[in-house]
Amino acid sequence: MITLFAVFLLTLLVITAFGIVRAQNLFVAVMLAGIFSLQMAAIFFILDAADVALTEAAVGAGISTVLFLGALALTVDEERPRPSARFLPLVVVAITTLAVIYATFEKPRLGDPNAPVHMHVAPWYLENTPTLIDIPNVVTAVLASFRGYDTFGEVFVIFTAGIGVMFVLGTPWSRLNADDVPSAETHGLRHHLIPRVVGRLLVPFIVLFGLYVQFHGEYGPGGGFQAGALIAAGIILYALLDGEAAALRAVPASWLAAMVAIGPLIYGAVGLAGIVLGGRFLDYSVLATDPVAGQHWGILLIEAGVGITVTGVMVSVFHAFAARASMR
Amino acid sequence: MILDVASWLLLLAGGFFVFAGGLGALRMPDFYTRAHASGLTDSMGTILILSGVALQAGFSLAGLKLFTILAFLLLTSPTATYALANAAYFAGLRPLLPPLSAETDDRKTR
Repeated sequence: MITLFAVFLLTLLVITAFGIVRAQNLFVAVMLAGIFSLQMAAIFFILDAADVALTEAAVGAGISTVLFLGALALTVDEERPRPSARFLPLVVVAITTLAVIYATFEKPRLGDPNAPVHMHVAPWYLENTPTLIDIPNVVTAVLASFRGYDTFGEVFVIFTAGIGVMFVLGTPWSRLNADDVPSAETHGLRHHLIPRVVGRLLVPFIVLFGLYVQFHGEYGPGGGFQAGALIAAGIILYALLDGEAAALRAVPASWLAAMVAIGPLIYGAVGLAGIVLGGRFLDYSVLATDPVAGQHWGILLIEAGVGITVTGVMVSVFHAFAARASMR
Repeated sequence: MILDVASWLLLLAGGFFVFAGGLGALRMPDFYTRAHASGLTDSMGTILILSGVALQAGFSLAGLKLFTILAFLLLTSPTATYALANAAYFAGLRPLLPPLSAETDDRKTR
């Protein structure tokens, strides 16, 4: 039954991908890309990757669609008609497709316990998470503790990307001012009663769910990345409903700039605290007298840092696009 | 047993509404009638299907979750349909039929 669902979703995925490539109208392409992400999230869920599914749904289908729309507001709706079909790209795509299909012949069956990926470090993580870290969600244990260096790098990627977008668009945080951006009378959905009432009703629930995902990440699917995207979605929804100015008054640009920097700072500080207390960098076991409790503290702190930075970067980028659109 | 029959009836009725919504979205002549038809899917269709599943779950955490999902869907999907139709009207897409008031005015003057 599950296989049937998976095949159905994968077929839809391929159709959607063709739709995205064929769409001349960029607005249509953005919407199809959102649908693509949602299908992808469903497929991840079928594959039992609930954490990835949550991220894909929140970031792929939610935030990036809004950011794409913000970018579309700065450019044109229609794709520029391309010169006649070229031969070379077709050859490259055909060869890549054949190579990937060839690679699948060697691929182990889904869920095969003898697959190489299950023979490497995964059994060690599964065996030792209960004794070393003692949290039910092994994904969080791997992400935040065992492979803390990788996640530290990811936080810096988000941090750098946020700063990069802000300066490429020419809208650093100092230029995002509640008084400069158009007020809700001209922008936002002030005249659309129904979406505004329902949307305002939903904003607190979205933020609450984001906080739940943030602090429940050790026990169920979730964590800082997903929670940051959800909370940012709540703030962005508020900005769409009541206008940029109201959102910038609720979460000022100076806060956003601080939030972007806080995540890497907290993460790095937790890592250094490990060294100071006699362990290694990002070794949480020394943070408390009991090593397991230390791991809990470390994971909680770095997940909080991740969540704060993701929220800050996403909301900042949204404001940057919006401010850029109103500058013209 | 009675619960099973009831949830089957609800699921089948929900399936009918989803099917009708899908059929309408394909066959209706213009955007607004299509939006109206697909609105069936996420209002009546979801109510019936989710209550059918909730009957199976009973008074448990899963039942509560289904009820919460239902409550949120009832808030969001009609709003989404409305926002879609409203945006289309704002963008200048006119329905195939003239507004109702114009029709009645015609009849009065006749």
